[in-house]
Amino acid sequence: MSGEPVLRVREVRKSFGDHAALDGVSLEVREGEVVTVIGPSGSGKSTLVRCVHQLEAIDGGAMYLDGELLGHEFHRGHLRPLPARKVAAQRSRMGMVFQQFNLFAHWSVLRNLTEPQVLVHGTPVEKAREEALRLLERVGLSDKAQAHPRQLSGGQQQRVAIARALATNPRIMLFDEPTSALDPELVDEVLSVVRDLAGGGMTMIIVTHEMSFAREVADRCVFMEKGRVVETGTPEEIFEHPRSPRLRAFLSRFSGRAAETPHDRVLEEETAS
Amino acid sequence: MSEARTVDVAAARPRVRPMRWVAGAVMLVLAAQLGWFLYTNPRFEWPVVGQYLFHPNVLLGLGMTVLLTVICMTLGSGLGVLLAVGRLSAFRPLSWACTLYIGLFRGVPPLVQLLFWFNLAYLLPRISLGVPFGPTFASWPTNTVISALTAAIIGFTLHEAAYMAEIVRAGILGVDAGQRDAARAMGFTAGQSFFKVVLPQAMRVIIPPTGSQFISLLKGTSLVSVIALADLLYSVQVIYNQTYQIVPLLIVACFWYLIVVTLLSVGQQRLERHFGKGQ
Repeated sequence: MSGEPVLRVREVRKSFGDHAALDGVSLEVREGEVVTVIGPSGSGKSTLVRCVHQLEAIDGGAMYLDGELLGHEFHRGHLRPLPARKVAAQRSRMGMVFQQFNLFAHWSVLRNLTEPQVLVHGTPVEKAREEALRLLERVGLSDKAQAHPRQLSGGQQQRVAIARALATNPRIMLFDEPTSALDPELVDEVLSVVRDLAGGGMTMIIVTHEMSFAREVADRCVFMEKGRVVETGTPEEIFEHPRSPRLRAFLSRFSGRAAETPHDRVLEEETAS
Repeated sequence: MSEARTVDVAAARPRVRPMRWVAGAVMLVLAAQLGWFLYTNPRFEWPVVGQYLFHPNVLLGLGMTVLLTVICMTLGSGLGVLLAVGRLSAFRPLSWACTLYIGLFRGVPPLVQLLFWFNLAYLLPRISLGVPFGPTFASWPTNTVISALTAAIIGFTLHEAAYMAEIVRAGILGVDAGQRDAARAMGFTAGQSFFKVVLPQAMRVIIPPTGSQFISLLKGTSLVSVIALADLLYSVQVIYNQTYQIVPLLIVACFWYLIVVTLLSVGQQRLERHFGKGQ
Protein backbone atom coordinates (compact mmCIF):
# COMPACT_ATOMS: atom_id res chain seq x y z
CA MET A 1 0.00 0.00 0.00
CA SER A 2 1.31 3.40 -0.99
CA GLY A 3 1.23 6.31 1.45
CA GLU A 4 -1.25 8.68 -0.19
CA PRO A 5 -4.89 7.52 -0.09
CA VAL A 6 -6.91 7.80 -3.33
CA LEU A 7 -9.53 9.84 -1.52
CA ARG A 8 -9.15 11.84 1.65
CA VAL A 9 -12.16 13.56 3.23
CA ARG A 10 -11.34 15.75 6.20
CA GLU A 11 -13.87 17.34 8.58
CA VAL A 12 -16.40 17.97 5.79
CA ARG A 13 -19.49 19.96 6.70
CA LYS A 14 -22.61 20.48 4.63
CA SER A 15 -25.93 22.02 5.65
CA PHE A 16 -29.26 22.29 3.87
CA GLY A 17 -30.81 25.31 5.53
CA ASP A 18 -30.72 24.64 9.28
CA HIS A 19 -30.21 20.93 8.83
CA ALA A 20 -26.60 19.77 9.14
CA ALA A 21 -26.42 16.89 6.67
CA LEU A 22 -22.70 16.37 7.22
CA ASP A 23 -21.31 17.49 10.55
CA GLY A 24 -17.55 17.05 10.30
CA VAL A 25 -17.04 13.83 8.38
CA SER A 26 -13.56 12.40 7.83
CA LEU A 27 -12.74 9.38 5.72
CA GLU A 28 -9.80 7.92 3.84
CA VAL A 29 -10.01 5.42 1.02
CA ARG A 30 -6.84 3.64 -0.11
CA GLU A 31 -5.99 2.21 -3.49
CA GLY A 32 -8.10 -0.88 -4.19
CA GLU A 33 -10.08 -0.51 -0.98
CA VAL A 34 -13.84 -1.08 -0.85
CA VAL A 35 -15.57 1.05 1.79
CA THR A 36 -19.25 0.51 2.48
CA VAL A 37 -21.29 3.17 4.24
CA ILE A 38 -24.33 2.15 6.27
CA GLY A 39 -26.68 4.06 8.51
CA PRO A 40 -30.32 5.06 8.90
CA SER A 41 -32.15 7.23 6.36
CA GLY A 42 -31.14 10.86 6.68
CA SER A 43 -27.80 9.99 8.25
CA GLY A 44 -25.97 11.90 5.49
CA LYS A 45 -24.43 8.92 3.69
CA SER A 46 -25.90 9.85 0.28
CA THR A 47 -24.93 13.47 0.84
CA LEU A 48 -21.37 12.30 1.52
CA VAL A 49 -20.89 10.68 -1.90
CA ARG A 50 -22.72 13.52 -3.64
CA CYS A 51 -20.34 15.97 -1.96
CA VAL A 52 -17.29 13.91 -2.89
CA HIS A 53 -18.49 14.00 -6.49
CA GLN A 54 -19.06 17.77 -6.14
CA LEU A 55 -22.71 17.50 -7.09
CA GLU A 56 -23.24 19.39 -3.84
CA ALA A 57 -20.86 22.12 -2.72
CA ILE A 58 -19.47 21.55 0.78
CA ASP A 59 -19.60 24.31 3.40
CA GLY A 60 -16.38 23.44 5.18
CA GLY A 61 -13.54 20.96 5.56
CA ALA A 62 -11.60 19.65 2.58
CA MET A 63 -11.47 16.72 0.18
CA TYR A 64 -8.49 15.43 -1.78
CA LEU A 65 -8.38 13.08 -4.76
CA ASP A 66 -4.89 11.62 -5.17
CA GLY A 67 -3.64 14.45 -3.01
CA GLU A 68 -5.26 17.13 -5.17
CA LEU A 69 -7.69 19.47 -3.42
CA LEU A 70 -11.22 19.01 -4.78
CA GLY A 71 -13.31 22.04 -5.75
CA HIS A 72 -10.87 24.74 -4.69
CA GLU A 73 -7.41 26.00 -5.60
CA PHE A 74 -4.88 28.46 -4.32
CA HIS A 75 -4.73 31.48 -6.56
CA ARG A 76 -2.09 34.09 -5.66
CA GLY A 77 -2.11 32.86 -2.11
CA HIS A 78 -5.89 32.94 -1.71
CA LEU A 79 -8.14 29.91 -1.57
CA ARG A 80 -10.78 30.19 -4.30
CA PRO A 81 -13.45 27.95 -5.86
CA LEU A 82 -12.23 26.19 -9.00
CA PRO A 83 -13.59 27.35 -12.35
CA ALA A 84 -16.42 25.10 -13.61
CA ARG A 85 -14.22 23.56 -16.29
CA LYS A 86 -11.69 22.29 -13.77
CA VAL A 87 -14.45 20.98 -11.51
CA ALA A 88 -15.79 19.03 -14.51
CA ALA A 89 -12.32 17.62 -15.13
CA GLN A 90 -12.07 16.48 -11.50
CA ARG A 91 -15.50 14.86 -11.67
CA SER A 92 -14.48 12.96 -14.77
CA ARG A 93 -11.84 11.15 -12.69
CA MET A 94 -14.56 9.65 -10.46
CA GLY A 95 -17.38 7.33 -11.45
CA MET A 96 -20.83 7.82 -9.96
CA VAL A 97 -23.73 5.37 -9.86
CA PHE A 98 -27.09 6.82 -8.84
CA GLN A 99 -30.05 5.32 -7.07
CA GLN A 100 -32.29 6.22 -10.03
CA PHE A 101 -29.74 5.07 -12.66
CA ASN A 102 -30.05 8.37 -14.57
CA LEU A 103 -29.09 6.91 -17.93
CA PHE A 104 -29.34 9.51 -20.70
CA ALA A 105 -32.87 8.76 -21.84
CA HIS A 106 -32.51 10.06 -25.40
CA TRP A 107 -29.47 7.92 -26.27
CA SER A 108 -29.06 4.23 -26.95
CA VAL A 109 -27.20 2.11 -24.39
CA LEU A 110 -24.09 2.16 -26.59
CA ARG A 111 -24.17 5.93 -26.97
CA ASN A 112 -24.59 6.33 -23.20
CA LEU A 113 -21.20 4.64 -22.91
CA THR A 114 -19.37 6.16 -25.89
CA GLU A 115 -20.48 9.80 -25.70
CA PRO A 116 -18.88 10.61 -22.31
CA GLN A 117 -15.57 9.12 -23.47
CA VAL A 118 -15.67 11.16 -26.68
CA LEU A 119 -16.93 14.42 -25.13
CA VAL A 120 -14.97 14.41 -21.90
CA HIS A 121 -11.78 12.54 -22.71
CA GLY A 122 -11.55 13.11 -26.46
CA THR A 123 -11.34 9.37 -27.12
CA PRO A 124 -11.65 8.53 -30.84
CA VAL A 125 -15.16 7.23 -31.62
CA GLU A 126 -13.98 3.81 -32.78
CA LYS A 127 -11.91 3.24 -29.65
CA ALA A 128 -14.76 4.46 -27.42
CA ARG A 129 -17.03 1.95 -29.15
CA GLU A 130 -14.67 -0.93 -28.52
CA GLU A 131 -14.33 0.03 -24.87
CA ALA A 132 -18.13 0.38 -24.54
CA LEU A 133 -18.74 -3.08 -26.03
CA ARG A 134 -16.08 -4.59 -23.77
CA LEU A 135 -17.76 -3.05 -20.70
CA LEU A 136 -21.23 -4.14 -21.78
CA GLU A 137 -19.91 -7.66 -22.05
CA ARG A 138 -18.46 -7.35 -18.57
CA VAL A 139 -21.89 -6.45 -17.13
CA GLY A 140 -23.53 -9.12 -19.27
CA LEU A 141 -25.50 -6.84 -21.60
CA SER A 142 -23.73 -7.14 -24.96
CA ASP A 143 -27.05 -7.85 -26.67
CA LYS A 144 -28.58 -4.57 -25.43
CA ALA A 145 -26.11 -2.16 -27.07
CA GLN A 146 -28.72 -0.75 -29.46
CA ALA A 147 -31.60 -0.70 -26.97
CA HIS A 148 -32.92 2.50 -25.41
CA PRO A 149 -32.80 2.77 -21.60
CA ARG A 150 -36.59 2.67 -21.20
CA GLN A 151 -36.64 -0.74 -22.91
CA LEU A 152 -34.52 -2.24 -20.11
CA SER A 153 -35.48 -3.47 -16.66
CA GLY A 154 -34.28 -1.49 -13.65
CA GLY A 155 -31.54 -4.01 -12.97
CA GLN A 156 -30.31 -3.86 -16.55
CA GLN A 157 -30.38 -0.05 -16.50
CA GLN A 158 -28.29 0.00 -13.35
CA ARG A 159 -25.75 -2.41 -14.87
CA VAL A 160 -25.51 -0.10 -17.91
CA ALA A 161 -25.08 2.84 -15.54
CA ILE A 162 -22.19 1.04 -13.84
CA ALA A 163 -20.61 0.33 -17.24
CA ARG A 164 -21.07 4.00 -18.19
CA ALA A 165 -19.30 5.14 -15.02
CA LEU A 166 -16.46 2.72 -15.76
CA ALA A 167 -16.14 3.89 -19.36
CA THR A 168 -14.18 6.97 -18.40
CA ASN A 169 -11.70 4.84 -16.44
CA PRO A 170 -12.26 6.42 -13.01
CA ARG A 171 -9.82 6.38 -10.09
CA ILE A 172 -12.66 5.65 -7.70
CA MET A 173 -16.28 4.50 -8.03
CA LEU A 174 -19.01 6.02 -5.87
CA PHE A 175 -22.29 4.14 -5.43
CA ASP A 176 -25.29 6.02 -4.05
CA GLU A 177 -27.71 3.30 -2.91
CA PRO A 178 -27.47 1.48 -6.23
CA THR A 179 -30.19 -1.08 -5.49
CA SER A 180 -32.72 0.98 -3.51
CA ALA A 181 -34.92 1.73 -6.53
CA LEU A 182 -34.96 -1.86 -7.78
CA ASP A 183 -37.59 -4.55 -7.52
CA PRO A 184 -36.31 -7.17 -5.04
CA GLU A 185 -35.72 -9.84 -7.68
CA LEU A 186 -33.45 -7.48 -9.68
CA VAL A 187 -31.10 -6.59 -6.83
CA ASP A 188 -28.79 -9.58 -7.09
CA GLU A 189 -27.79 -9.04 -10.73
CA VAL A 190 -26.57 -5.54 -9.81
CA LEU A 191 -24.82 -6.64 -6.64
CA SER A 192 -22.97 -9.38 -8.51
CA VAL A 193 -21.59 -6.78 -10.94
CA VAL A 194 -20.41 -4.65 -7.99
CA ARG A 195 -18.93 -7.73 -6.33
CA ASP A 196 -17.09 -8.50 -9.56
CA LEU A 197 -15.65 -4.96 -9.58
CA ALA A 198 -14.51 -5.30 -5.99
CA GLY A 199 -12.78 -8.54 -6.91
CA GLY A 200 -11.05 -6.72 -9.76
CA GLY A 201 -9.39 -4.28 -7.36
CA MET A 202 -11.50 -1.20 -8.07
CA THR A 203 -11.41 1.49 -5.37
CA MET A 204 -14.99 2.09 -4.24
CA ILE A 205 -17.30 3.78 -1.78
CA ILE A 206 -20.67 2.04 -1.62
CA VAL A 207 -23.59 3.59 0.21
CA THR A 208 -26.12 0.84 0.73
CA HIS A 209 -29.07 -0.47 2.68
CA GLU A 210 -28.12 -4.05 1.81
CA MET A 211 -26.59 -5.08 5.12
CA SER A 212 -25.36 -8.52 4.13
CA PHE A 213 -23.83 -7.12 0.97
CA ALA A 214 -22.21 -4.23 2.88
CA ARG A 215 -20.59 -6.78 5.12
CA GLU A 216 -19.56 -9.25 2.47
CA VAL A 217 -17.98 -6.90 -0.08
CA ALA A 218 -16.28 -4.40 2.25
CA ASP A 219 -12.67 -4.10 3.28
CA ARG A 220 -13.85 -1.46 5.68
CA CYS A 221 -17.28 -0.45 6.85
CA VAL A 222 -18.44 2.98 8.03
CA PHE A 223 -21.50 3.56 10.17
CA MET A 224 -23.00 7.06 9.94
CA GLU A 225 -25.73 8.72 11.94
CA LYS A 226 -26.96 12.32 12.07
CA GLY A 227 -24.24 13.56 9.72
CA ARG A 228 -21.36 12.01 11.65
CA VAL A 229 -19.21 8.92 11.31
CA VAL A 230 -20.05 7.03 14.46
CA GLU A 231 -17.93 3.96 13.93
CA THR A 232 -15.43 2.63 11.40
CA GLY A 233 -13.92 -0.81 11.21
CA THR A 234 -13.57 -4.12 9.43
CA PRO A 235 -16.86 -5.84 8.61
CA GLU A 236 -16.23 -8.21 11.54
CA GLU A 237 -15.71 -5.32 13.95
CA ILE A 238 -18.79 -3.47 12.75
CA PHE A 239 -21.19 -6.38 12.45
CA GLU A 240 -19.88 -8.75 15.16
CA HIS A 241 -18.44 -6.42 17.77
CA PRO A 242 -20.18 -3.04 17.50
CA ARG A 243 -18.77 -0.73 20.17
CA SER A 244 -21.26 2.16 20.16
CA PRO A 245 -24.79 1.69 21.48
CA ARG A 246 -26.20 3.45 18.42
CA LEU A 247 -24.64 1.00 15.98
CA ARG A 248 -25.85 -1.85 18.16
CA ALA A 249 -29.37 -0.38 18.08
CA PHE A 250 -29.18 0.05 14.32
CA LEU A 251 -27.97 -3.49 13.74
CA SER A 252 -30.49 -5.00 16.14
CA ARG A 253 -33.23 -3.98 13.72
CA PHE A 254 -31.69 -6.36 11.20
CA SER A 255 -30.72 -9.09 13.65
CA GLY A 256 -31.80 -12.63 13.01
CA ARG A 257 -32.60 -11.79 9.43
CA ALA A 258 -29.67 -10.16 7.68
CA ALA A 259 -26.61 -10.75 9.79
CA GLU A 260 -26.63 -14.51 9.59
CA THR A 261 -27.76 -15.25 6.03
CA PRO A 262 -25.43 -13.52 3.59
CA HIS A 263 -27.85 -13.38 0.67
CA ASP A 264 -30.95 -12.35 2.51
CA ARG A 265 -31.67 -8.73 1.80
CA VAL A 266 -33.48 -6.50 4.21
CA LEU A 267 -34.56 -3.03 3.23
CA GLU A 268 -34.19 -0.49 5.91
CA GLU A 269 -37.60 1.06 5.21
CA GLU A 270 -39.30 -2.18 6.21
CA THR A 271 -37.65 -2.32 9.58
CA ALA A 272 -37.67 1.39 10.32
CA SER A 273 -41.44 1.65 10.33
CA MET B 1 -83.64 -15.45 -11.34
CA SER B 2 -80.34 -16.82 -12.52
CA GLU B 3 -79.07 -16.74 -16.08
CA ALA B 4 -79.52 -20.17 -17.63
CA ARG B 5 -77.44 -19.58 -20.74
CA THR B 6 -73.66 -19.12 -20.74
CA VAL B 7 -73.01 -15.47 -21.57
CA ASP B 8 -70.18 -14.37 -23.86
CA VAL B 9 -70.01 -10.58 -24.30
CA ALA B 10 -68.14 -11.07 -27.57
CA ALA B 11 -71.53 -11.86 -29.12
CA ALA B 12 -73.00 -8.47 -28.14
CA ARG B 13 -74.25 -6.18 -30.92
CA PRO B 14 -73.69 -2.40 -30.85
CA ARG B 15 -76.47 -0.33 -29.27
CA VAL B 16 -78.77 1.63 -31.54
CA ARG B 17 -78.17 5.36 -30.95
CA PRO B 18 -80.98 7.33 -32.63
CA MET B 19 -79.71 10.77 -31.56
CA ARG B 20 -76.49 10.15 -33.48
CA TRP B 21 -78.45 9.56 -36.64
CA VAL B 22 -80.38 12.79 -36.08
CA ALA B 23 -77.18 14.77 -35.42
CA GLY B 24 -75.55 13.24 -38.49
CA ALA B 25 -78.51 14.24 -40.66
CA VAL B 26 -78.41 17.83 -39.36
CA MET B 27 -74.72 18.10 -40.09
CA LEU B 28 -75.23 16.73 -43.58
CA VAL B 29 -77.94 19.33 -44.30
CA LEU B 30 -75.72 22.16 -43.00
CA ALA B 31 -72.81 20.97 -45.12
CA ALA B 32 -75.01 20.78 -48.22
CA GLN B 33 -76.29 24.29 -47.55
CA LEU B 34 -72.75 25.65 -47.21
CA GLY B 35 -71.69 23.89 -50.41
CA TRP B 36 -74.69 25.27 -52.26
CA PHE B 37 -73.92 28.77 -50.99
CA LEU B 38 -70.30 28.52 -52.13
CA TYR B 39 -71.28 27.10 -55.50
CA THR B 40 -74.21 29.30 -56.44
CA ASN B 41 -73.26 32.70 -55.01
CA PRO B 42 -71.74 34.51 -58.01
CA ARG B 43 -69.91 37.02 -55.78
CA PHE B 44 -67.32 34.44 -54.86
CA GLU B 45 -66.18 34.79 -58.48
CA TRP B 46 -64.44 31.44 -58.50
CA PRO B 47 -63.03 31.99 -62.01
CA VAL B 48 -61.25 35.10 -60.67
CA VAL B 49 -59.84 33.04 -57.79
CA GLY B 50 -58.44 30.59 -60.32
CA GLN B 51 -57.06 33.42 -62.42
CA TYR B 52 -55.04 34.96 -59.56
CA LEU B 53 -54.14 31.82 -57.63
CA PHE B 54 -50.76 31.51 -59.36
CA HIS B 55 -50.37 35.20 -60.27
CA PRO B 56 -46.62 36.08 -60.08
CA ASN B 57 -47.20 38.89 -57.57
CA VAL B 58 -49.26 36.63 -55.34
CA LEU B 59 -46.53 33.98 -55.42
CA LEU B 60 -43.88 36.63 -54.67
CA GLY B 61 -45.99 37.79 -51.73
CA LEU B 62 -46.30 34.19 -50.54
CA GLY B 63 -42.52 33.87 -50.78
CA MET B 64 -42.07 37.00 -48.68
CA THR B 65 -44.52 35.73 -46.05
CA VAL B 66 -42.73 32.37 -45.79
CA LEU B 67 -39.28 33.98 -45.80
CA LEU B 68 -40.23 36.47 -43.10
CA THR B 69 -41.76 33.70 -40.97
CA VAL B 70 -38.73 31.44 -41.29
CA ILE B 71 -36.24 34.23 -40.55
CA CYS B 72 -38.12 35.52 -37.52
CA MET B 73 -38.82 32.03 -36.18
CA THR B 74 -35.16 31.03 -36.50
CA LEU B 75 -33.80 34.20 -34.92
CA GLY B 76 -36.59 34.26 -32.34
CA SER B 77 -35.98 30.63 -31.31
CA GLY B 78 -32.23 31.19 -30.93
CA LEU B 79 -32.79 34.33 -28.87
CA GLY B 80 -35.54 32.53 -26.95
CA VAL B 81 -33.17 29.72 -25.90
CA LEU B 82 -30.66 32.30 -24.65
CA LEU B 83 -33.40 34.16 -22.76
CA ALA B 84 -34.67 30.92 -21.20
CA VAL B 85 -31.17 29.98 -20.04
CA GLY B 86 -30.64 33.53 -18.80
CA ARG B 87 -33.89 33.48 -16.87
CA LEU B 88 -32.89 30.21 -15.18
CA SER B 89 -29.39 31.52 -14.44
CA ALA B 90 -28.22 31.68 -10.84
CA PHE B 91 -26.77 35.13 -11.63
CA ARG B 92 -29.67 37.27 -10.43
CA PRO B 93 -29.20 40.45 -12.52
CA LEU B 94 -29.19 38.34 -15.71
CA SER B 95 -32.27 36.46 -14.55
CA TRP B 96 -34.07 39.73 -13.78
CA ALA B 97 -33.10 41.29 -17.11
CA CYS B 98 -34.45 38.29 -19.03
CA THR B 99 -37.67 38.27 -17.00
CA LEU B 100 -38.11 41.98 -17.70
CA TYR B 101 -37.52 41.46 -21.42
CA ILE B 102 -40.04 38.64 -21.60
CA GLY B 103 -42.66 40.63 -19.72
CA LEU B 104 -42.14 43.65 -21.96
CA PHE B 105 -42.15 41.96 -25.36
CA ARG B 106 -44.95 39.55 -24.57
CA GLY B 107 -47.03 42.46 -23.39
CA VAL B 108 -46.72 44.80 -26.38
CA PRO B 109 -48.94 43.82 -29.37
CA PRO B 110 -46.88 42.92 -32.45
CA LEU B 111 -48.69 45.50 -34.56
CA VAL B 112 -47.67 48.26 -32.15
CA GLN B 113 -44.07 46.99 -32.18
CA LEU B 114 -44.06 46.91 -35.96
CA LEU B 115 -45.14 50.55 -36.17
CA PHE B 116 -42.69 51.46 -33.44
CA TRP B 117 -39.65 49.95 -35.18
CA PHE B 118 -40.78 51.35 -38.51
CA ASN B 119 -40.84 54.80 -36.96
CA LEU B 120 -37.61 54.41 -35.01
CA ALA B 121 -36.06 57.33 -36.88
CA TYR B 122 -38.27 59.72 -34.92
CA LEU B 123 -36.72 58.56 -31.63
CA LEU B 124 -33.23 57.89 -32.91
CA PRO B 125 -32.41 59.88 -36.06
CA ARG B 126 -29.00 58.26 -36.53
CA ILE B 127 -27.68 54.82 -35.63
CA SER B 128 -24.04 54.94 -34.61
CA LEU B 129 -21.28 52.56 -33.65
CA GLY B 130 -18.81 53.64 -31.00
CA VAL B 131 -17.79 53.70 -27.36
CA PRO B 132 -20.75 54.37 -25.02
CA PHE B 133 -20.62 58.04 -23.93
CA GLY B 134 -17.38 58.22 -25.95
CA PRO B 135 -16.26 58.74 -29.54
CA THR B 136 -18.31 57.44 -32.49
CA PHE B 137 -16.69 55.40 -35.24
CA ALA B 138 -19.47 55.30 -37.80
CA SER B 139 -23.10 56.32 -38.07
CA TRP B 140 -25.97 55.98 -40.51
CA PRO B 141 -29.33 57.73 -40.85
CA THR B 142 -31.87 55.41 -39.23
CA ASN B 143 -34.21 55.56 -42.20
CA THR B 144 -31.63 53.95 -44.48
CA VAL B 145 -31.07 51.10 -41.99
CA ILE B 146 -34.67 50.45 -40.96
CA SER B 147 -36.63 49.48 -44.06
CA ALA B 148 -40.07 47.91 -43.86
CA LEU B 149 -38.38 44.50 -44.00
CA THR B 150 -35.87 45.15 -41.21
CA ALA B 151 -38.59 46.70 -39.05
CA ALA B 152 -40.70 43.58 -39.58
CA ILE B 153 -37.80 41.23 -38.85
CA ILE B 154 -36.83 43.09 -35.69
CA GLY B 155 -40.41 43.40 -34.44
CA PHE B 156 -41.44 39.80 -34.98
CA THR B 157 -38.11 38.34 -33.84
CA LEU B 158 -38.20 40.20 -30.52
CA HIS B 159 -41.86 39.31 -30.02
CA GLU B 160 -41.31 35.67 -30.93
CA ALA B 161 -38.21 35.39 -28.72
CA ALA B 162 -40.24 36.33 -25.64
CA TYR B 163 -42.78 33.57 -26.33
CA MET B 164 -40.12 31.00 -27.25
CA ALA B 165 -38.21 31.80 -24.05
CA GLU B 166 -41.18 30.71 -21.96
CA ILE B 167 -41.71 27.58 -24.06
CA VAL B 168 -38.04 26.60 -23.84
CA ARG B 169 -37.94 27.33 -20.11
CA ALA B 170 -40.90 25.02 -19.51
CA GLY B 171 -39.10 22.36 -21.57
CA ILE B 172 -35.87 22.70 -19.60
CA LEU B 173 -37.71 22.50 -16.26
CA GLY B 174 -39.46 19.38 -17.51
CA VAL B 175 -36.21 17.42 -17.83
CA ASP B 176 -35.53 15.20 -14.82
CA ALA B 177 -32.90 16.68 -12.49
CA GLY B 178 -31.15 13.29 -12.45
CA GLN B 179 -30.21 13.78 -16.10
CA ARG B 180 -28.30 16.95 -15.22
CA ASP B 181 -26.70 15.20 -12.22
CA ALA B 182 -25.57 12.36 -14.47
CA ALA B 183 -24.16 14.74 -17.09
CA ARG B 184 -22.21 16.64 -14.44
CA ALA B 185 -21.11 13.40 -12.83
CA MET B 186 -19.64 12.20 -16.12
CA GLY B 187 -17.57 15.38 -16.22
CA PHE B 188 -19.54 17.19 -18.93
CA THR B 189 -19.05 20.95 -18.98
CA ALA B 190 -22.11 23.14 -18.43
CA GLY B 191 -22.39 23.68 -22.21
CA GLN B 192 -22.10 19.99 -23.06
CA SER B 193 -24.61 19.14 -20.36
CA PHE B 194 -27.10 21.68 -21.75
CA PHE B 195 -26.71 21.07 -25.48
CA LYS B 196 -26.09 17.31 -25.42
CA VAL B 197 -28.33 16.16 -22.59
CA VAL B 198 -30.87 18.73 -21.38
CA LEU B 199 -31.97 20.50 -24.56
CA PRO B 200 -32.48 17.35 -26.70
CA GLN B 201 -34.71 15.91 -23.99
CA ALA B 202 -36.52 19.21 -23.51
CA MET B 203 -37.39 19.18 -27.24
CA ARG B 204 -40.19 16.68 -26.60
CA VAL B 205 -41.95 19.33 -24.51
CA ILE B 206 -40.80 22.26 -26.65
CA ILE B 207 -41.89 21.06 -30.11
CA PRO B 208 -45.72 21.03 -29.84
CA PRO B 209 -46.16 24.63 -28.62
CA THR B 210 -43.41 25.75 -31.02
CA GLY B 211 -45.43 24.36 -33.91
CA SER B 212 -48.42 26.43 -32.82
CA GLN B 213 -46.12 29.40 -32.43
CA PHE B 214 -44.79 28.93 -35.96
CA ILE B 215 -48.33 28.83 -37.34
CA SER B 216 -49.46 31.88 -35.42
CA LEU B 217 -46.36 33.77 -36.56
CA LEU B 218 -47.07 32.86 -40.19
CA LYS B 219 -50.55 34.34 -39.88
CA GLY B 220 -49.24 37.20 -37.76
CA THR B 221 -46.92 38.36 -40.53
CA SER B 222 -50.02 39.57 -42.41
CA LEU B 223 -49.73 42.62 -40.12
CA VAL B 224 -46.80 43.87 -42.20
CA SER B 225 -49.24 45.07 -44.85
CA VAL B 226 -49.67 48.19 -42.64
CA ILE B 227 -46.06 49.16 -43.28
CA ALA B 228 -46.40 48.33 -47.01
CA LEU B 229 -44.18 45.26 -47.01
CA ALA B 230 -45.21 43.09 -49.96
CA ASP B 231 -46.29 39.91 -48.17
CA LEU B 232 -49.10 37.64 -49.29
CA LEU B 233 -51.93 39.78 -47.90
CA TYR B 234 -50.40 43.04 -49.17
CA SER B 235 -49.96 41.56 -52.68
CA VAL B 236 -53.62 40.62 -52.99
CA GLN B 237 -54.61 43.99 -51.53
CA VAL B 238 -52.62 45.74 -54.26
CA ILE B 239 -54.49 43.74 -56.87
CA TYR B 240 -58.01 44.21 -55.47
CA ASN B 241 -57.42 47.92 -54.95
CA GLN B 242 -57.25 48.12 -58.74
CA THR B 243 -59.84 45.50 -59.71
CA TYR B 244 -62.25 45.76 -56.74
CA GLN B 245 -62.52 41.95 -56.69
CA ILE B 246 -62.02 41.90 -52.94
CA VAL B 247 -63.61 38.59 -51.94
CA PRO B 248 -62.02 36.33 -54.58
CA LEU B 249 -58.58 37.76 -53.84
CA LEU B 250 -58.98 37.30 -50.10
CA ILE B 251 -59.90 33.70 -50.89
CA VAL B 252 -56.66 33.41 -52.85
CA ALA B 253 -54.78 34.59 -49.73
CA CYS B 254 -56.72 32.19 -47.48
CA PHE B 255 -55.93 29.32 -49.84
CA TRP B 256 -52.18 29.88 -49.59
CA TYR B 257 -52.21 30.49 -45.82
CA LEU B 258 -54.08 27.20 -45.36
CA ILE B 259 -51.67 25.32 -47.64
CA VAL B 260 -48.61 26.51 -45.73
CA VAL B 261 -50.22 25.95 -42.31
CA THR B 262 -51.16 22.39 -43.35
CA LEU B 263 -47.60 21.69 -44.45
CA LEU B 264 -46.32 23.06 -41.14
CA SER B 265 -48.71 20.85 -39.19
CA VAL B 266 -47.46 17.76 -41.03
CA GLY B 267 -43.85 18.77 -40.31
CA GLN B 268 -44.72 19.29 -36.64
CA GLN B 269 -46.18 15.79 -36.35
CA ARG B 270 -43.03 14.29 -37.84
CA LEU B 271 -40.80 16.23 -35.45
CA GLU B 272 -42.91 15.19 -32.48
CA ARG B 273 -42.56 11.57 -33.46
CA HIS B 274 -38.79 11.99 -33.86
CA PHE B 275 -38.21 13.64 -30.49
CA GLY B 276 -40.69 11.40 -28.67
CA LYS B 277 -38.45 8.39 -29.33
CA GLY B 278 -36.43 8.36 -26.11
CA GLN B 279 -39.40 8.49 -23.76
